Formats: sequence, structure tokens, C-alpha cells
Amino acid sequence: MPRSALTGTRIRERRLARGLRQAELARSVGVSASYLNLIEHNRRRVGDELLNRFARALGVQPSTLAEGAETAVIAGLREAAARAGEEVAPPPELDRIEEFLGRFPGWAGLLAVTQARVAALEQTVERLADSMAHDPQISGALHELLSAAAAVRSTAAILAETDDIEPEWRGRFHRNLHADSVRLAEGAQALVAYLDAAAAEATGFATPQEEFEAWLARQGYHLAALEAETAPAPEAMVRAAPELASTASRALALQHLRRYLRDARALPLAPFLAAVERLGPDPGRLARQFGAGLPAVFRRLAGLPGPGKPGQRRGAQVGLVVCDGAGALTFRKPIAGFPLPRFGAACPVWPLYQALARPVTPIRAVVEMAGRVAQRFLVFAYCQPVEPAGFDMPQVHEAMMLLLPAEAAADAADAPAVPAGPGCRICPREGCPARREPSLLAEGF
Amino acid sequence: MGRRVLVIEDEPNIVAAISFILSRDGWSVESHADGQDALEVIRRVAPDVLILDVMLPGRSGYDILHDLRADPATAALPVLLLTAKGQPRDREQAERCGASRFMAKPFANTEVLASVRALAGG
Repeated sequence: MPRSALTGTRIRERRLARGLRQAELARSVGVSASYLNLIEHNRRRVGDELLNRFARALGVQPSTLAEGAETAVIAGLREAAARAGEEVAPPPELDRIEEFLGRFPGWAGLLAVTQARVAALEQTVERLADSMAHDPQISGALHELLSAAAAVRSTAAILAETDDIEPEWRGRFHRNLHADSVRLAEGAQALVAYLDAAAAEATGFATPQEEFEAWLARQGYHLAALEAETAPAPEAMVRAAPELASTASRALALQHLRRYLRDARALPLAPFLAAVERLGPDPGRLARQFGAGLPAVFRRLAGLPGPGKPGQRRGAQVGLVVCDGAGALTFRKPIAGFPLPRFGAACPVWPLYQALARPVTPIRAVVEMAGRVAQRFLVFAYCQPVEPAGFDMPQVHEAMMLLLPAEAAADAADAPAVPAGPGCRICPREGCPARREPSLLAEGF
Repeated sequence: MGRRVLVIEDEPNIVAAISFILSRDGWSVESHADGQDALEVIRRVAPDVLILDVMLPGRSGYDILHDLRADPATAALPVLLLTAKGQPRDREQAERCGASRFMAKPFANTEVLASVRALAGG
């Protein structure tokens, strides 16, 4: 059965599939039929306890009824509410987000998209302000313009205000004025040309990383052309992708494609897929099977084609997050139900960061992502030095975290889980020792 | 009241304008365009007032000013600092480095003249 967007709708679908009347289901979970009717139309929220009762009555796992594909929209709406802070009165009804999404999916989606765009714009402004402040080209050009303007102003004032100026001084100042006016005009033109080029480079409001990731998402994270024996040159593939408009995004794409090609050569698709079918998506076993490093296996699992045959473990069900030594997310392939922040830092308890603190130590964990109904994920994390290392600079590390649905391992459903979140700002977990700022959802979650 | 001004500025047209204004007011004006050997020139000229640009080739005006204040012979020399940056934080930095006065480009001639007169009188 396809999963509908919202909990209430899912309960209704499951009830009808089992041939139950509203009154029967309502009785078995201990609510009135009219209340169930409100729930099924997403007009009332379903608390954890009640959701468990519904799940038992309908013979399904609670996560089957919980939010799924709409997580991103809901996260976007929460982020929008959080950003509004106290500026909006009355405040957004956080406890009725699902009802809003259920009744007005188009408007809710628009608001979430608008929120994402606002966040992107804010980051662009920050980036541009940073450029203005630190770009040596702009700083130098402005200094040149101000110096010329200062000379013009002083010289022109002398010519305008001095009646008895000697002819040789007058001639000299006229020549100076002319020279400075030319310098001003040329300097201004050069600055405009530079800023125009910078604006063209920016290609809208996406950061280079977003531009690259959007392009990769459109390929489904699987680059079939590079799997062939006679693969095209990565440079040619980047040139053929007009959506990679900025130099920086092309550089990111090229780096990714080159690594993808190396991984594909080391772990050819057909035997790798066969091994995944046989051994399951266990990076450790796969790495041993192929004599390959864990990072390459992580990337291959996240780059598998999908969706495949029913029951087949494919790339669409595998997420991957990569961060640098500073913790900044440098690669994001999302998986449903595990929100990855677009900007700012992620959740400090993610095994990704545990791996960063313990390089070359493989970490396997079950992570419980905070949500109305917590969802579990099987997570593998690993950190290793970035090659080539040298003796003349600090060691640089890269950490990776592979995300799989909990069903990928038999023990994941009951194993102790790491209580994680999407990032402090929109995380509801109280008393988390890793919290760095208060949650904006404390009351409305 | 002293009558000798040294202008350390690498923009020749600015130097020409300042020299003209001050010489008309009775000042003897000398100029120098490089930061590297500016301290030696200052010690040799021994001006009553120094007009010092911040962005100089060779060495910044801030560094020169710092050394001037560290040397008892020049610690009290009145210095008018010229800069292309006029933000409050630039003004604060100028004060921290020991500038007697601070002026952002482009400046008015009358301001320069009034500042030099005031510094020489102080």
C-alpha cells in the first residue's frame, strides 16, 4: 500500500483496508468515533501513546503510521515558525502543522519552499557581505577610487576657491584633474566588471555545494555512464552539465566524478550489487569481500541505482553524509525521515561526529531520530585522514556516515539507540547534554 | 608655532594639493611617497606636524605610527592620519596606534588646513 503523507490519512487507509468501521476502530483504541473522524482528516494530532494503540489495533508498526515523506515539508514549516520567532502574533500554531499540511498541502509546500529560499538568501547575503569585506580585489579597487576621489576633490576645490593661483600651478592642477578623472572612470568600470563577473558566477542564490548536490540529486546519485568500461571523461561530463553554472560547483562536481570513477573501477557495479544482495548492506563485510576501504564502500552503497526490484537494497534507501574536520557537512544524500540541515551545524550526537573524534575506528550504531514518532536508522560511521598526508601541514580528516532504514538489520528495532535530532534549533529533545542552543519547538512540538 | 609639515603619501596629486594649500598658509612642506624608509625621513626632516597616509607601499601608516610613539624623540609628534577607510573601527584603530587626528578620504582642504593649524598650536 502506498504511504500517504499524513498520519490521519494513513490511519484511515489502514482502517478501510482492514474493513473496519470508524466506530469499531474508535472503540478498540478508546476514543470516540467523532474524535477518530477528526484524526482521520488530520484535524487532530495523534500523541505517541495513542499512535501506538492505533498501530496495535491496525496490526502495523507505529512508524508505518508516522510521518514519512512529508518530513521535509514539516521540518520546513517548523523552521519557518522558528525563524519568525516572536515577530508574528498570534504565533504559528505549531501543534496544528499536520492539519495545515493535510488541508492545504500546496500552501504548506509553498511556505516550506519559501522558507528554504529565505534561508538560502540569507546565506547569500552573508557570503556577499563577507566577500565585500575580505575580497582583496574589491578592497584594492575601492582604495584606488577613494584616493582618486580625494585628489579630485582637493584639486577641484583649489581651482574653484583660489583666485590668484599662479599659471604653472593652475596648469598642473588641470592636468592632475584630468588624470584623476580618467583614473576614476577606469577604476569604476573595472569594479563594475568585476562585480558583474562575481554576480554571474553566483548563478542565482544557491551556494556551489547546493548547486552541485541539486545536479547530483537529478542524476539519482547514480552515474550510469561512469559504470561502463569506456566511461566518458569526468571533465566532459561536467562541461555537458549547464546547470553546474559556477566555477566552484563545477570543481565540486569534477572532484566527485573523479572519485566516483575510481570507486567504480575498484568496486564494479555488477559484482558489488551481487555482494550486496548476498551479504546485505553491511559496509564492513563488503569492504572485506572486495579488499576495499570503508569510505569507497560507503560511497558505492549511496550511489547504487534505484529504485530496483522489490526487496532489493538500492541506493534510494541509503543516505550518506560527509563532513570535514571542522564538522561542516560537505556532502549530503538524504534519506526519508532523517532531516539533514541545509545550513549551520547538525546534531552533535550523530555518530558522524563520534567518528570524527575517533579516526579510523568504524562505528555501527542505531540512531533514533527525534520526531513525533521517533524513527530508527542503522548507521555506519567512519573517519580517516585525507590523502595525501604530509609532514609540513596538519593532518586533515574526513568523516562519513551511512544511513540505512532500521529494517536493514534484524537487531536494529530493539537495540539501544543513540537519541539524535535534526539539529538543536528544531530538535525537541529535552535535557540533551549536547544541546548548544534552546529548541524553538520546546512548546509546540 | 611650528611651520614645517611632512606629508607621507604615495598619491602625487594628493600631495600636490596638500602642498599647495599649506604652502599658501605659510607652511614649509616636504613630502615622501614610501613607507619603508619613512621613519628615517621623519627623523631627518623633524617636522612640526606629520600628515601620514595609512596605505603606503613598503610599510603601513599604522606600523610607522606605532614606532614613532615608541621612540621618545618622536612620541609627541602631532600626526594627522589619512585613510581611505572612515568606519568607526578604523577611527578606533587610528586612536589606538596613537594618531593625534584622523581624516577619511576624500577630505575637504579646509579640514586639512584647520587640523594642521590645530595640531601645531596644540
